[in-house]
Amino acid sequence: MKIVTSWLREFVEIPASDHELAEKLTLAGLAIDGVETAANGESVLEADIGTNRPDAMNHYGLAREAATIFDRDLKPIRPTFQESSKAASDVASVEILDADLCPRYTARVIMGVKVGPSPEWMVRRLEAAGQRSINNVADVTNYLMLENGHPLHSFDLDQVAGRKIIVRRARAGETMETLDGIERKFTPDHLLICDGEKPVGIGGVMGGQNSGISDRTVNVLLEAAWFEPKSIRKTARHFGMHTDASHRFERGMDLNFTGTATDRAAELIQKVAGGEILKGRLDAYPNPQPRAVIELRRKELDRIIGVQVPAAEVLRILRRLGFMPDELGYGNWKMIPPSWRLDVTREIDIVEEVARHYGFERLPDSLCSWAGGVHRPPHAAMERVLRDTARALGYDETIAISLVPEAKTRRFSSEEPAAIGNPLSAESAVLRTSPLPGVLDAVLWNLNHGEAESRVFEVGKIYRHAGNAYEEPPTLGIALAPGDFLHLKGDIETVLDQFECAVSFDSAVGVDYFHPGRSARMISGGETLGRFGELHPRVASEYGFRQPVWAAEFFLDPLYRAGLRVPKHRDLPRFPAVDRDLSLIVPDSVTFQSLHRQVHGAGIVNLREIIAVGDPFRGEQVPQGHYSLLLRFRFQSSERTLSDKEVNDEAVAIVMALRPLGVTLRLESR
Amino acid sequence: MSEAISEKVKRSLQDLGIGDEAAVTALLGELRATLDRDLASGQDAETLRIHWLGRKQGLIGAANDNWLKTAPGPLKRVTGKLINELRKHAEESIDALKNAATQELAGERVDVTLPGIRREIGAHHPVQWVMQEIEEIFRSMGYSVETGPEIETDYYNFEALNFPPDHPARDTQDTLFLAGSGNYLLRTHTSPVQIRTMEKQKPPVRAVVLGKVYRRDAPDASHSFMFHQMECFAVDTNVSLCDLKGTLNEFTRRFFGPHVKTRFRPSFFPFTEPSAELDIGCLICGGSGCPVCKRTGWVELLGSGMIDPALYGFVGYDPEKVSGFAFGCGADRLALMKYGINDIQLLWQGDKRFLRQFR
Repeated sequence: MKIVTSWLREFVEIPASDHELAEKLTLAGLAIDGVETAANGESVLEADIGTNRPDAMNHYGLAREAATIFDRDLKPIRPTFQESSKAASDVASVEILDADLCPRYTARVIMGVKVGPSPEWMVRRLEAAGQRSINNVADVTNYLMLENGHPLHSFDLDQVAGRKIIVRRARAGETMETLDGIERKFTPDHLLICDGEKPVGIGGVMGGQNSGISDRTVNVLLEAAWFEPKSIRKTARHFGMHTDASHRFERGMDLNFTGTATDRAAELIQKVAGGEILKGRLDAYPNPQPRAVIELRRKELDRIIGVQVPAAEVLRILRRLGFMPDELGYGNWKMIPPSWRLDVTREIDIVEEVARHYGFERLPDSLCSWAGGVHRPPHAAMERVLRDTARALGYDETIAISLVPEAKTRRFSSEEPAAIGNPLSAESAVLRTSPLPGVLDAVLWNLNHGEAESRVFEVGKIYRHAGNAYEEPPTLGIALAPGDFLHLKGDIETVLDQFECAVSFDSAVGVDYFHPGRSARMISGGETLGRFGELHPRVASEYGFRQPVWAAEFFLDPLYRAGLRVPKHRDLPRFPAVDRDLSLIVPDSVTFQSLHRQVHGAGIVNLREIIAVGDPFRGEQVPQGHYSLLLRFRFQSSERTLSDKEVNDEAVAIVMALRPLGVTLRLESR
Repeated sequence: MSEAISEKVKRSLQDLGIGDEAAVTALLGELRATLDRDLASGQDAETLRIHWLGRKQGLIGAANDNWLKTAPGPLKRVTGKLINELRKHAEESIDALKNAATQELAGERVDVTLPGIRREIGAHHPVQWVMQEIEEIFRSMGYSVETGPEIETDYYNFEALNFPPDHPARDTQDTLFLAGSGNYLLRTHTSPVQIRTMEKQKPPVRAVVLGKVYRRDAPDASHSFMFHQMECFAVDTNVSLCDLKGTLNEFTRRFFGPHVKTRFRPSFFPFTEPSAELDIGCLICGGSGCPVCKRTGWVELLGSGMIDPALYGFVGYDPEKVSGFAFGCGADRLALMKYGINDIQLLWQGDKRFLRQFR
């Protein structure tokens, strides 16, 4: 809100420039975002006051803070005016039927006002504060809300049927047109201000069209009330009406100020619009509400602040802020907080008042002492290893937004996604159930922005229903283009190598978004650990790719359960290894894994390793239904250097062992 | 015979049966011929130098010791002269060899200004990087790492943090709710982890939390409906506002460097009392005032405060016995400030050109 400094300075003498004032207020917790000059030359503070301080959302409230900061007297608000001999209570009446929603309603009656333009000084201040002048009577209520914060409403008394105000809950289906010209329909949750016949306003939110001040108004009923904050908030939200009045009432106004507020308004209306102020206030306050006494203990003050604020300073601060502490001895006090400080209800709230005016910047820095160890979630170290490994393999780390369009995540998961009830857009309507959209989006983005190659990964959660609750399992997503199966598999093996987890691969991927021939499933202990391969060409093209794209998804829980692999040292070989390369013709039905199993089952004593050299080859010189494969067999003994004959004999044994599978040496088949 | 000569240098002239000038000349001729063969053999200069001129095992040194020193008077002069000539010849020839080798290598010179050929390693995500750094700072200060779910209940996200139902403070955190389930929402801050941690652990508690949070904010250069927060809290006997201030300043100096300026001022949050914000001197203008800091020289960094005693009621702590502080801020915001990134949306695109700046 905008605070006109010349106006604020009317209430307290401030021995500082506007900029110094702004800084001191900020350091006392009343954030001033800037000092500006309004179009009419007034200097204006842009104040950003927290929701807990409705008392400071006005000039007088901030003047009180300034008075505390600079230790100066705050000028009291004491309206003075001449009342007529005629009693207001003879002309009008005020009655509260639902005191739980409106504990207090106070009014004054002014007869014979002359509605017209406001005086120039008032217009000038309203404009500097960002408000438009309407007419003198309406301006007074706006002006005073800026001055002392309490919202006021003025009725054209002659439009108030029976000159009677009744504050009550609405009846179901009751309607009224508010000042903004909209017809509103009410329920018993809403509090109405009514006259003898009909509603004339929504309590604490907005007045009715039927009873407002017009150019023809001569008699005015001015009110200041106190409404229950929660009810105001509900009503304002229900109607989508966020008014200056509702903003303040829902944060809590000063219950004891309604009298002064109406008096000040009467004084000002008479000054700018003439008229006769009838004798006495109409003050309905059926159940006066006393506030509880709070104790402030020296021990608590010192414990929370951490330094001892001298008693004289504590007293000075609290008195300037309107607290009237009584000494209890032993450095303790008791006090009733001022009626405008509804935010102060506990000892800790008073500690804060003392601390913020003592000055946070004056506090010495300290670090709290500490003994004991620190721990991390069990997965933290493993997640770190995953991320480091993926980066070492050349994948860039991404973070994708977890909220995605529904269709996008359904493409990669049969899970029912958790939907957002109030999404910002269809683009962010559900929580992802697959790690793939995030990494695919990144690769697509890069290819579309001129990169020839992109490799990305993300370690992140997916989200899914778990009975009536939700679970957030960790996943790893990888995507790359261009790519090929064996390089991707190699990267995946490198990742899996970090864990104490035996993983096998098969082609039963069981999902339709991977290429049916160039994809695989990772299995560990019968559990699907993940899948990888080329994205199904149709899915890739629907996604917007114009080239093959490769991806992998890992469900990390089984890996995390397995834990990180602890390397075990094996003695280094003391004797050289000997390689034999065999070019084999293999029936299509026989996989590398079955070759491997067959050879290892044949009891070849010195065979250490089988390495595939180059890709399987199909085509000329290879019979139909077969492929050729070059394998390197590595022989090594831990006891001696193997002789040529020993190696050759074992190589022959390998060839013999493979015969039953229909595997032949390439030379043989020629 | 090289082998023979290398044996001969170990013996005296008398031993070798050499007694006249002609024999000495022949002997040194033989040594010289061996040297010349070695020079032509393609051995490198350093090996030759050690073999011939080395202080300990050098052949010429040995000839000097064993032949010259034991030479009978009449032969001393000629022996010395021949050995000196030989030494000079060896030195010059080996130096020449050395220079030739150096020159040959120098001919293979590379252009050291050509860019290096890099092995491809992947890039850090700047937010992940910053979160790792924050975690390490706090771990070194004795804070454990805690986590919690992103799909939270109203209880943990608001109620137990002292946001009563229908309280205006809830307006400041526009919330995304899960459909149908009524009570579930996407956490709007990492503070629910305060409650979850205190529920399962008695004081003292010191923890740092890093994770995703969500708000219903329309995306632009500084807003995103998903972002990351870091949160830190400590509860123990006699934790004070001075400890909070000291901890914040320690963190800020470690994260931004020792010269960063800070300002600690009162504020309001429902779950802390007293509440405070920490501003840092604008990193763009250094505090002299620019559009980024709205000409104030200060930029809001984080929200903090003493944990409101009302929270202890929810977790069974005794507010008369313990006190604590908490603070938190956007980890993305820290990354933006630290690396000078001007658009938060860059963080979610996975753009290689962006990410590769963080290798």
